[in-house]
Amino acid sequence: MKNFINKKNLSWLALTIAIYLIVLVLMKLKIINAYYQITLMTICINIILAVGLNLIIGVCGQFSLGHAGFMCIGAYSCAVMTKMIPSYWGMLLGVLLGFVISTLIALIVAIPTIRLKGDYLAIATLGFAEIIRIIVLNMDVTNRAAGLSNIPKLISWPLIYAGVVLSILVVVNFERSAAGRACISIREDEIASEAMGINTTKYKTIAFVIGAILASLAGAFYATTFYVIKPDTFGFAKSIDILVIVVFGGMGSFTGSVLSGMALGVINTVLQSFSAIRMILYAATIVLIMIFRPKGLLGTKEFTFTGLFALFKRMVKHESS
Amino acid sequence: MSLLKVTDLTRNFGGLTAVANVNMTIEKNELIGLIGPNGAGKTTLFNVLTGIYEPSTGKVELTVNGKIKDISGLKPYQISRLGLSRTFQNIRLFKDLSVIDNVKIGMHKDIKYGTLKAITRLGNYYQEERRIEQKAVELLTTMNLISKRDHLAKNLPYGEQRKLEIARALATNPVILFLDEPAAGMNPQETAELTALIKIIKTKFDLTIVLIEHDMSLVMNICERIYVLDYGRCIANGTPTEIKHIKRVIEAYLGEEV
Repeated sequence: MKNFINKKNLSWLALTIAIYLIVLVLMKLKIINAYYQITLMTICINIILAVGLNLIIGVCGQFSLGHAGFMCIGAYSCAVMTKMIPSYWGMLLGVLLGFVISTLIALIVAIPTIRLKGDYLAIATLGFAEIIRIIVLNMDVTNRAAGLSNIPKLISWPLIYAGVVLSILVVVNFERSAAGRACISIREDEIASEAMGINTTKYKTIAFVIGAILASLAGAFYATTFYVIKPDTFGFAKSIDILVIVVFGGMGSFTGSVLSGMALGVINTVLQSFSAIRMILYAATIVLIMIFRPKGLLGTKEFTFTGLFALFKRMVKHESS
Repeated sequence: MSLLKVTDLTRNFGGLTAVANVNMTIEKNELIGLIGPNGAGKTTLFNVLTGIYEPSTGKVELTVNGKIKDISGLKPYQISRLGLSRTFQNIRLFKDLSVIDNVKIGMHKDIKYGTLKAITRLGNYYQEERRIEQKAVELLTTMNLISKRDHLAKNLPYGEQRKLEIARALATNPVILFLDEPAAGMNPQETAELTALIKIIKTKFDLTIVLIEHDMSLVMNICERIYVLDYGRCIANGTPTEIKHIKRVIEAYLGEEV
């Protein structure tokens, strides 16, 4: 227990609670109105998607373009279950069902494709996401092309916030462990990594499965937030959207993914008022930022309280001398 | 019973035979040199022994806990787990990671907590991380790299990068250490230091060492036995003094007399 209670962890806990309370108060005061709430939910969903994909691409170095496929699985599992049992129990069951299906499918996809590298893996995962979409498009239980509507709206700020915090905790704890180091070593040099006794296939698969589970969680939140889902929602473009968040924030930086999820969400909302040229402006903003910060907003840097305390110490020293 | 026994090992790449019918035996605690002109197949032999390439024909047998085990065709990570560790000719460090993280990655198989414990931070996660950290620090101290522990591997000078690669290979707790041109690109003083260091780690970690090297001062100074490769074939083996006087070896290096 004493391992958990230290200045660093308490600071994180304080920050987490502070953000929760601030948003809650803003919602009660109607500063975050129903319209902005949609933006808020979208940002949360995007953050979960981005940190999961960042684990696969940024940490483990495997280029996957199939993230929307897992999101699709999560969304439909949750939608079908909550329509049957319209309560939090139904949602929980739906989320768990999504986890199980995406884990199984991630394993099935990973075993043949994970030995592919770079572009080949990207194409294989892209193809797999399309397969999922086509299957969903042709099943009765998912109501074919019309999609599912009237999904009970069970989402709330505490629920989605808990989801975001847990997702970040999972990926960060994973990255800062032996398994995380193994994944990073695969990104850095796969041959050397294997020569050091690391079963590279195993760790690539683990990273892929964790990413898939998080995507399915995000999908479940998506279904109960927007209460309408269609197979088209989870096409190729969605995978690219998630990739943009990851690259924009910096591959390998979870702080970057969170910040870029927020930044892109806000930019998107602001641009709603220029609806005609919205996509042009959105693309132009991304191009500009990538020109000036080619490694993404944060590169591979992370925000840590340890770093912040060190900075304070240096500043205090600087002033006193 | 020898520690490593290589029987009739051959590796072809299409029509090219890079390693042809090589036989080798390595006893425990020996220091073996592997020499030969450029393109003789030395690195390919290392790659086959450590599992990066599968042998085309032939067998590699390792004695593990008194039992003979055929390791030909195993994956590199499995071979590494059995205690064969290596360095690379063209340094393959994890360049963007710190020196200490490079060593910690080498200790991977030694870590006794799973992915689930890592994610939940329950069980022995903190205890194990502290133990690994301590072991890594000890190893870096032995290798005189402790002052650079938080530097990025790519920012180290060339000689120290080679040393870090040896440290990372030692972190896997090997039985046999394969060094692929450890002194390449070093000046005479650095080579002398490296020679001393190799002797120290050999006794300290109770190692058997096989090394490829072109620097004859190093090879003749520390190797107990030498194998000479030429065009993929093993043309001679023996002690340094014997090797120096074998006609075929001199021919392989300097060309035949007209």
